[in-house]
Amino acid sequence: MNELLGTVDWSRAQFALTAMYHWLFVPLTIGLSVIVAIMETIYVRTGDSRWKGITKFWMTLFGINFACGVATGIILEFEFGTNWSNYSWFVGDIFGAPLAIEGILAFFMEATFIAVMFFGWNKVSRRFHLASTWLTALGVSLSALWILVANAWMQNPVGMRFDPAQMRNVMDNFFEVAFNAVAINKFFHAVFSGWTLAGVFVVGVSGWMLMRRRNIEAMRRSMKIGSIVGLAGILMTFYTGHGSAVQVARVQPMKLAAMEGLFNGGRDQALVGFGILDPEFRPGDKGDPMLFSIEIPYALSWLASGDPHAFVPGINDLIAGRAIDDNGDTVRTASYADRMASGRAAQDALRAYDNAHRSSDIPAMEAASADIARNFGDFGYGYFTDPMQAVPPVGLTFYSFHIMVIAGGFLLAILLIMLIVSYRRPALLGKNWLAWLAMLSVPAVWICSQSGWVTAEVGRQPWVIQNLLPTCAAISDVTAASVRLTFWIFAAIFTLLLVAEISIMLRYIAKASKTDIENDNH
Amino acid sequence: MTELELLQSYWWLLISILGAALVFLLFVQGGQSMLYCGHNYGTRQLMVNSLGRKWEFTFTTLVVFGGAFFASFPLFYSTSFGGAYWLWLLILLSFILQAVSYEFRRKSGNLYGTRTYDAFLVFNGVAGCVLLGVAVGMFFFGGQFTVTKSNILDAAAPVISQWAPTHGLEAIADWRCLLLGVAVFFLARTLAAMYFVNDIAGDEAFTARMRRRTLVNGLIFALLFVAFLVVLFTATGYSSTPAGFISEPHLYFNNLLRMWWLAIVLILAVAAVLYGIAMTAFTRSRAGIWWSGFGTAAAVIVLFCLAGYNSTAYLASTTHPASSLTIANSSSSLFTLRVMSVVSVLIPFVLAYIVCVWRKMNAAPLTPQELSEDTHQY
Repeated sequence: MNELLGTVDWSRAQFALTAMYHWLFVPLTIGLSVIVAIMETIYVRTGDSRWKGITKFWMTLFGINFACGVATGIILEFEFGTNWSNYSWFVGDIFGAPLAIEGILAFFMEATFIAVMFFGWNKVSRRFHLASTWLTALGVSLSALWILVANAWMQNPVGMRFDPAQMRNVMDNFFEVAFNAVAINKFFHAVFSGWTLAGVFVVGVSGWMLMRRRNIEAMRRSMKIGSIVGLAGILMTFYTGHGSAVQVARVQPMKLAAMEGLFNGGRDQALVGFGILDPEFRPGDKGDPMLFSIEIPYALSWLASGDPHAFVPGINDLIAGRAIDDNGDTVRTASYADRMASGRAAQDALRAYDNAHRSSDIPAMEAASADIARNFGDFGYGYFTDPMQAVPPVGLTFYSFHIMVIAGGFLLAILLIMLIVSYRRPALLGKNWLAWLAMLSVPAVWICSQSGWVTAEVGRQPWVIQNLLPTCAAISDVTAASVRLTFWIFAAIFTLLLVAEISIMLRYIAKASKTDIENDNH
Repeated sequence: MTELELLQSYWWLLISILGAALVFLLFVQGGQSMLYCGHNYGTRQLMVNSLGRKWEFTFTTLVVFGGAFFASFPLFYSTSFGGAYWLWLLILLSFILQAVSYEFRRKSGNLYGTRTYDAFLVFNGVAGCVLLGVAVGMFFFGGQFTVTKSNILDAAAPVISQWAPTHGLEAIADWRCLLLGVAVFFLARTLAAMYFVNDIAGDEAFTARMRRRTLVNGLIFALLFVAFLVVLFTATGYSSTPAGFISEPHLYFNNLLRMWWLAIVLILAVAAVLYGIAMTAFTRSRAGIWWSGFGTAAAVIVLFCLAGYNSTAYLASTTHPASSLTIANSSSSLFTLRVMSVVSVLIPFVLAYIVCVWRKMNAAPLTPQELSEDTHQY
């Protein structure tokens, strides 16, 4: 059992490591591809060759970043098999399809047209080149679509049924999988967060050059595009983030409770704007888990359901199966202990089905199938021995969520200021304080972006597939020592590559700043 | 044949085509393995920049190959990737290093120097080819694993696919798999030499050297491939029957006789590969890559068909034959295969734009002069 836990923990660590490194590069790729395409469109429409120089400057930075995204992405796909082999079988019938579609529709589009983007300036017409740049941007976003459809399905498994004969889930409605509400929100949230990140990146780099009084006109132009795309991105990220929170409240109430550090829920629930959790507070404890908090009255009830007086369950409520109805009366729903019993019943029925199947006992198989269908919604709870095992790490989820929101608010303000200054007060663009603000926003946007994914993925623990398959049952037959070794190998390689990428980018920006970017001399 | 069987066969064919495309595109790796074979800096630059405009195709095809396997045969994905852990991770490791090397190698500030990134490219060129060949070798020579689906109900040991503790290293040590791996490596080098002849102009000495290299590598490949075919056609395989899995001597040779049209395709494919090699080595033609490329792809499709069709176990368990995987017992459900088949209608469009862009970008060969004028260089 200890070996199993070791493998689970190291497999989780390895996947988290890969995903977090991957997400350092991907949002910049998503957003910068759009920014570069917009700049090239201006070049083609106006014929102003200065825009070509600006486009090529940002395109080079896009290329440097793209390589690392590709390198970390391939591992991510194959780790579903190498480290989560049970998962690959249990839900591969559903999960594999979006991955394959991603490859066929999106990856080939990227791979084909990115070559034209970089090497086709003198080989194809202007319009063909522009189309290639947009198709690369489209391919990048389509890649995000399908992997996020797959991820959203794990948080909200729909469009499938359990097949006891094969002991796995099978798809029965592709459109439910592809267009489930969680997936739509998640896709737009992730893509617009990429726009935000790239917009802030462009603003930060432009701010530095303007502070140094280099390539002033090119950077003013870049600043305008960066702040427009970034602002559009952050506004849409907030909007879709709200949509995501509504979906989380609906399908993953435990995650929402952890995000808010809400142990004992109630009606008229306030939202914690800023807070410090009591590290000693545990599920089951009474009282206030916050050492300090600034709250917005009614806001959580309103955000979760649109009704400022609605009941929002806390962690203890969900474990105990306690809710409050519209009349204010306490009512009982399924507790986690009930769900564990239901999950064990589903698993026992599956054993009975398996035995009946071996002896070709049709009536017994039908009876077991009915039992499985009745209890399958709680199948994953059958793996737990204690309801507390179904509670995610509250502190990490809470803080990552709040860091994301606070950093998002900061970025919204920065991008708004930059847009106004770019258009209305361009003389201020050379001011040191403004440049420093722009540059400080660059680490902030990455912290914001990473925190978002930590919230999403830590908050859904212990589930790989919500309510159906916990992380501990999804693993491969590999020893903890093996996974630990590969974890450190990947950690070393990814870190070395990240350091190299940052170094190359900084050197390139510094070098290009001393040349005439608009005249394509960088 | 039921609809499910038809779709299983269709998807195995698509997997075969992707595998064939991947093996053809390994010319990128083959070229990388030659970077330090007596070339000066200028020539090496030409080689890297020629390959660098195509490396993403190989990389993407590998990713799609994995994704398509996941979608259509998830039990293979679960069993092989989770089981042969070290083999697959070594392959992936080599591709990670490749992905950054082209872009980083000559950028100032790359920290580790051009030679380090070039060493990564050489490592990917050698290890990528050999290990992918070894992985494909398991389709014929099996692995040491068991599949027990009911394990998923055991919370203490829930993994359904259990592999030998060596986790794929045993396949690298299996001389038959290694034979295929080394053959794939020399095939990749042969194709790479032909690709250079096709894509690089303006350096006659280099072109002449590549023509010679096509011949040398091609002959080594031909010898290794013949040896592999002898081993394959005399090997014992497992096939699925209503009574369970049975071992059958000369299974793959028997499959070739049962599916005789594959024998014709294989002969034509080998002839095309040899013709391409001869054309490149002994004439002034630059088109040898296409003959050998199509021949390679056709031969790979035949090998995949021999491994997967006719109720053959394409991943046989040598320790527990009942756990062996066939396209029938490892596939996705009928519904998923139908959905995926609808999506596959788009593949010709994808191929069409790839061909269109390839032709536009390769309309004129890469020359030293073009390289010196290009602002975006690897």
